[in-house]
Amino acid sequence: MSTVPHISMKGITKIFGKVVANNNINLEINSGEIHALLGENGAGKSTLMNILSGIYIPDRGSIFISGKEVKFSAPKDAINAKIGMIHQHFKLVEVMTSLENIMLGQKTGFIINKNKVIKEITELSNIYGLEVDVNKRVYDMSVGEKQILEILKVIYRGAKILVLDEPTTVFTPQETKKLFKIMNKMKEQGCAIIFISHKMDEVMEISDKITVLRKGETITTLNKKDTNPEKLAELMVGHPVDLSIKRVEFESSENILEVKNLRVLDEEGIERLKGLSFTVKEGEILGMAGIVNSGQKELCEALVGMQPVKSGEINFQGENVVGKNTREIIKKGISMSFIPEDRLGMGLVGSMDMVDNLMLKEYHSQKGFFIDKKPAINTAKEIIKKLEIKTPGIYYPIKNLSGGNIQKILLGRELAANPKLLIMAYPVRGLDINTCYTIYDLINEQKAKGVGVIFIAEDLDVLIQLCDRVMVICNGEITGTLQGAQTTKEEIGLLMTGHKNELKEA
Amino acid sequence: MMIRFIKRDEISKKKDITIKITSVILALFTFSIVFMLMDKNPLDIYASMLKGAFGSAYSIRETIKLAIPLCIAALGVAVAFKMHFWNIGAEGQILMGAFAASIFALKFGTMSRPVLLLIMMVAGIIGGSLWALIPAVFKAKWGTNETIVTLMMNYIAIKWIIFLQHGPLKDPNAKGFAKIANFTNNAILPEIFKVHIGWIIAIVLVIFIFIFMNYTKRGYEISVLGESEKTALYSGVNIKKTIIISILLSGGLCGLVGMIQASGISNTLVEGVSGGVGYTAIIVAWLGYLSAPVIFIVSILFAALQQGGSFIQTSYGIPAATALILQAMILFFVLGSEFFIKFKIVKKVGDAK
Amino acid sequence: MNGMTTFLAAAIVAGTPLLFATLGEILIERVGNLNLGVEGMMLMGAVIGFLVGLNTGNVFAALIGAMAAGAFGGLIFAFLTISLRANQVVTGLALATFGSGFSTLVGKQLIGQTAPAAVKSFFKPYSIPLISDIPVIGPIFFKQDAFVYLGYILAVVIGLYLYNTSKGLNLRSIGENPGCADAASINITLYKYIHILMGGALCGLGGAYLSLVYIPNWQENVVAGRGWIAIALVIFSAWNPYKAILGAFLFGGLDIIGFRLQGAGIHISQYLVDMLPYLVTIAILVIVSMKKSKRNAPPKNLGTPYFREDR
Repeated sequence: MSTVPHISMKGITKIFGKVVANNNINLEINSGEIHALLGENGAGKSTLMNILSGIYIPDRGSIFISGKEVKFSAPKDAINAKIGMIHQHFKLVEVMTSLENIMLGQKTGFIINKNKVIKEITELSNIYGLEVDVNKRVYDMSVGEKQILEILKVIYRGAKILVLDEPTTVFTPQETKKLFKIMNKMKEQGCAIIFISHKMDEVMEISDKITVLRKGETITTLNKKDTNPEKLAELMVGHPVDLSIKRVEFESSENILEVKNLRVLDEEGIERLKGLSFTVKEGEILGMAGIVNSGQKELCEALVGMQPVKSGEINFQGENVVGKNTREIIKKGISMSFIPEDRLGMGLVGSMDMVDNLMLKEYHSQKGFFIDKKPAINTAKEIIKKLEIKTPGIYYPIKNLSGGNIQKILLGRELAANPKLLIMAYPVRGLDINTCYTIYDLINEQKAKGVGVIFIAEDLDVLIQLCDRVMVICNGEITGTLQGAQTTKEEIGLLMTGHKNELKEA
Repeated sequence: MMIRFIKRDEISKKKDITIKITSVILALFTFSIVFMLMDKNPLDIYASMLKGAFGSAYSIRETIKLAIPLCIAALGVAVAFKMHFWNIGAEGQILMGAFAASIFALKFGTMSRPVLLLIMMVAGIIGGSLWALIPAVFKAKWGTNETIVTLMMNYIAIKWIIFLQHGPLKDPNAKGFAKIANFTNNAILPEIFKVHIGWIIAIVLVIFIFIFMNYTKRGYEISVLGESEKTALYSGVNIKKTIIISILLSGGLCGLVGMIQASGISNTLVEGVSGGVGYTAIIVAWLGYLSAPVIFIVSILFAALQQGGSFIQTSYGIPAATALILQAMILFFVLGSEFFIKFKIVKKVGDAK
Repeated sequence: MNGMTTFLAAAIVAGTPLLFATLGEILIERVGNLNLGVEGMMLMGAVIGFLVGLNTGNVFAALIGAMAAGAFGGLIFAFLTISLRANQVVTGLALATFGSGFSTLVGKQLIGQTAPAAVKSFFKPYSIPLISDIPVIGPIFFKQDAFVYLGYILAVVIGLYLYNTSKGLNLRSIGENPGCADAASINITLYKYIHILMGGALCGLGGAYLSLVYIPNWQENVVAGRGWIAIALVIFSAWNPYKAILGAFLFGGLDIIGFRLQGAGIHISQYLVDMLPYLVTIAILVIVSMKKSKRNAPPKNLGTPYFREDR
C-alpha cells in the first residue's frame, strides 16, 4: 500500500445559514481500506461526504487526491476523480430500467449502443459479484436490488473510492451481510470505501479505521482493533453513555386493543393487510418490525380511522371502532405519531407555527365558528419546557426547526391528549442519541401509566431492548411474534423476509 | 471569487415589501424604454396615467368600477389557491354567473327592484359555484388536473354565451345585430356616489373573507388541507366537505362578479361582460399573497393601471394593449424578485490552510 | 368518399399548428418545466413571422423570425423559472398575457394585411410523387404543404431524439429525478435552457403557420386559444411525440367540424359545435386520469425548480 493517502480532506468548514455543519474537519483515507465515518444524526457526516462528491462546496478547506489539490464545483468533478457516492436516498429514475439508469450522463454515443454497455456491465458484475437485471424497471425493484444498482452505476463510471451513506438503514440483517461481502470484495480489488453510519456494531464488524465526528468536528481517528462500542459511543456523544435502554415492568391482563382479521385494500384494490390479528395489553410495549412498505403505514392509518377497512375488527377497550371517523377515534383515546420519510411528520403543517399546529387536534371541540388560540398557546409553552424544545418562538414556522425538535413537538402534542393507546411509527428517525433516550424514557413513562404502546421502528436493537413483544410484519401478514427479551436480531431478520416460523405465539 | 446563492432562513416583512416595490419601479423603468422608442416622454405618460386613474372625480369612479370585479374575483381565486386548487376558470365562472343572473333579469324584468336584484345575486353565485364544482368533482374523484379543465370550461362558457346571443336569447329589436336585450331598470344595480353598489359589496366581502380565512374553523381547515391532505385527514377534517365548500365559495364569488358586471356595467349579457377580469384576478390574487386586505390594495392598483392605460390611449394614441404588456412586465419583475427574497448572494470565502 | 378525404386532409392542416405547439411543450415539460404560456409564444411567433414575411417577402426569414420570437418568449420563461426559481404556473400565465399584449401591439399596423405572395406560393400544397397515389392515405397525408410535411418530420425526429439517443435519455431523467441527473453529472441548467428555447421556437412556428398560411391575414387573436389546447394535448399524448401526431390531427378535425356539419345539412348551431374541442379535451383528461398508469404518468418532477443545495 502506498504511503500517499488516496484522499486527504483538510480543514473543511461548511455553514448553512446559522448552522455550522462542518467545522475544520480533517480526514485521511487510504486505498484498500474500509473507513467508517461514525457520528450521531446531525454530526456532519453526510455534509462532509456531499462535499467530497461535489454536491456541496466547502466554505473553507481543501481536498487532496493522491497528493494533488483538487477543487470540486460539481458532481462531475468528483466523478472524474473516481469518487462515487451512494446516497441514503437513492438517486435513481423510477420509470427507467437498470440499463438506462447506468447509461445516464455517459458518453454512449449519440445513438444509444445498448449491447456495448450491457457487455461492460456484465464484466463488472462478475468482478465484484454484483448481480443486476438490466431490463428491470426501478419501481419493480427491492431496496437491496436498488442499492446494488447504485453501486454498479458508480463503478461503471470508474469509481475507485466509494462512499456509502447509511446503507443499511432499511436492510434486514441478511441483506446487511450481503452488502458487507460485496464491500470486502471491493477492498480486495484495491478500492477505498467510506462507510457512514451511526450503528456501532456494524462499524465494528466491517471497518478497518474509524473516524468519529461530533457536532461537526473531527474527534479522533482510530484503528478498529484499538476500540470497542462503549468507547465509540462515548466519543460520539461526548460523555459516557449507558447504551442500554431500561425496561419498566407493568402488570396487567387487560387488552386495550384487539385486532381481528384486519383486511385493508389500497387505492388500486391490492390487499395491503391480509387478515392481521394481534393484541396489545395495557402498559405493554408492542414493537413492530418489518421491511419498509410491508403494511405498517396502512395499519397505523386503519387504527386511527384514516384508512378504510375491507373487513375485520379493531376492538379498542372492547368496542369495535371500524368505520368510525378519525375524530371520534381520537376522542376515544387512540393517538398516533407517525414520522414518515420526509421528516415533517404526518399531522404537522410545516408552514404554520407551533400554536397553529397544536390547534390541529383541539380546534374542532371548540364551540362556534371562530377559533380560540389561547389553550394552544399554553400547551405550546408547557411542551417547550417539558421536552426542552429549541425554537426561536411559538410563532415561528416549524419547518425551519431541526428534525429532532419537530418530532418533539409532534410527540408533545400527542401526549398532551393523554391517550390510552399510543402508536409511534419511526419516532427516533434522524435524532441524536440524547433525544432518542429522552423519547425512550417518555415511552416507559407512558407504559408505567398503563398506556398501551405500538412502537414501529427500524433499529432492531432498540426493539429488542425496549419492547415487551416484537411483532414482525411482512407483505401485509404477521410472520411471527417474539418475546423482546429473548429474541435476536437474526431471528427478527428472518421473519422480516417472510420466513414464517412455528414459534409459539408469544 | 465566486458568487453563490444560498437559501435564506427568513426575511423581515419590511425587506420583503422593499424588494417588491423596487421590482415594480424597475418594471416601470424598463417599460419606459418602449415609450422612449415611440418618441414620447415616459414621465409625462406615467403622470398622465395617474391623472387618468385618479385625477378627477370621474376618473376615480371609473377606476373603482374596474377594481370591484377584480377584487371580488381575486378573493374567489385566492380561496381556491389557498387549498392548492389551481382555479384558472374564474373567467368562465364569472360568465356563467352573469348568465344565471341574466335569465332572471330578462324573464322577471318587472319584479320589484330589491327582490329582483337579490334573486339575481343568488342566481349569480349559484351559477358560478356550479361551474366551478364540475372540475372540482373531477379532481376529487379522479385527480384530474384542474388547471386545464377549468381553462377549458372558460372557453365553453364563452361559446355558450355567443350561442345564446345568436340563438335563444337574441334580441328581436336589435335589427340584425346578434345581441341580447338590455335589462329593465329593475335589474340594474342602484348607485351610491354615482358608482353602482358593487363597491359596498366588495368592501363587505374583503372583510368577510379576511375574517373567514384567519379566524374561523373552516378557514383554518382550508389552510391545513391546502398544505397536506394527510394532516387534514388526521385532524379529522372532512376533506370532501371542505373541498366542496371552498370551491363553491370560490366559484360563487366569481359568479357574483358576473352578476355585478352584467347588472351594473353592461346592463345586459354579452360575452365580454367579464372584460378579461378572470385572468387578471389570478395575477392579483397571487401578488396579493392570497390575503384579503393585500388583494384589496393590489386590485385598486391594477385597476388604476388599466384606467390609466385607456386614458393615454385617447390622449397619446398609445394602444390599450400597452397596459397589458405593462401588467405582464410588472409581474415578470415581481416574479423575479421572489428570488432575492428567498435567496441571498454569498461570496465564496477563500481557502484557509 | 371524396368528402371524407377532403375533410381528413383539412383536419391535418388544421391540426398542424397544434402539432408544432404540442411538440414544443412536450420538450419543455419533459425537462421538468410546466409552461402555461404556450398561447403567448405562439402569438409572438405569429406576429413576428407575419411582420418579417411582409417586410422581406422571404419565407425563410419569416420562419426564422417566428422561431426567434417564440424562443424569446421561452427565454423569459426559462430565465425566471430556472435562474430565478420563480413559480412556474404564474410565470407561464404572465407570459401568455405578455404574448397577447405584444402581438396586439405589434399587430396593430398589420390588421387587414395578407401574407405576401411569395410566402403563399411556397406553401402551396405539393403532392409527393408516388406516395400520394396510395389510395386513401395518399391524398390525405401526402398532398399537403411544406409546413405540414415539416410537422411530420419534426414529430418523428423528436421522438427518435427522446427515446433513442443518449441526450434524450439525459433529458428525460431531468424531468423525472433532477437530483439523479445532477449526480450523473448532467448539466441541468444547460439542458433546461436549450430545450425551453427549442420548445418556444416550435410554438412560434405553430403560430406563424396560422398567420402566414392558414388564415392568412393578420387578425388580432389569430391563435384563438389553440395554445391552451396544446397544453392539454401534451397530457393526452402522454408526453410522447408520436402520440402527439394523432392528438393534433384529431383536434384539428374537431376544430373544423362545425363548418362541415352545416354544409352536410346537420342543423346544430355552429356555436355549440365550436365547444367540441374543449369538451373533448376535458373528456380525454378525465379518462386519462381515471386510468392512472405508471407508463403514462407525467415526468415526476414537473413543475418544481431544482436547487442542488436543498437540505
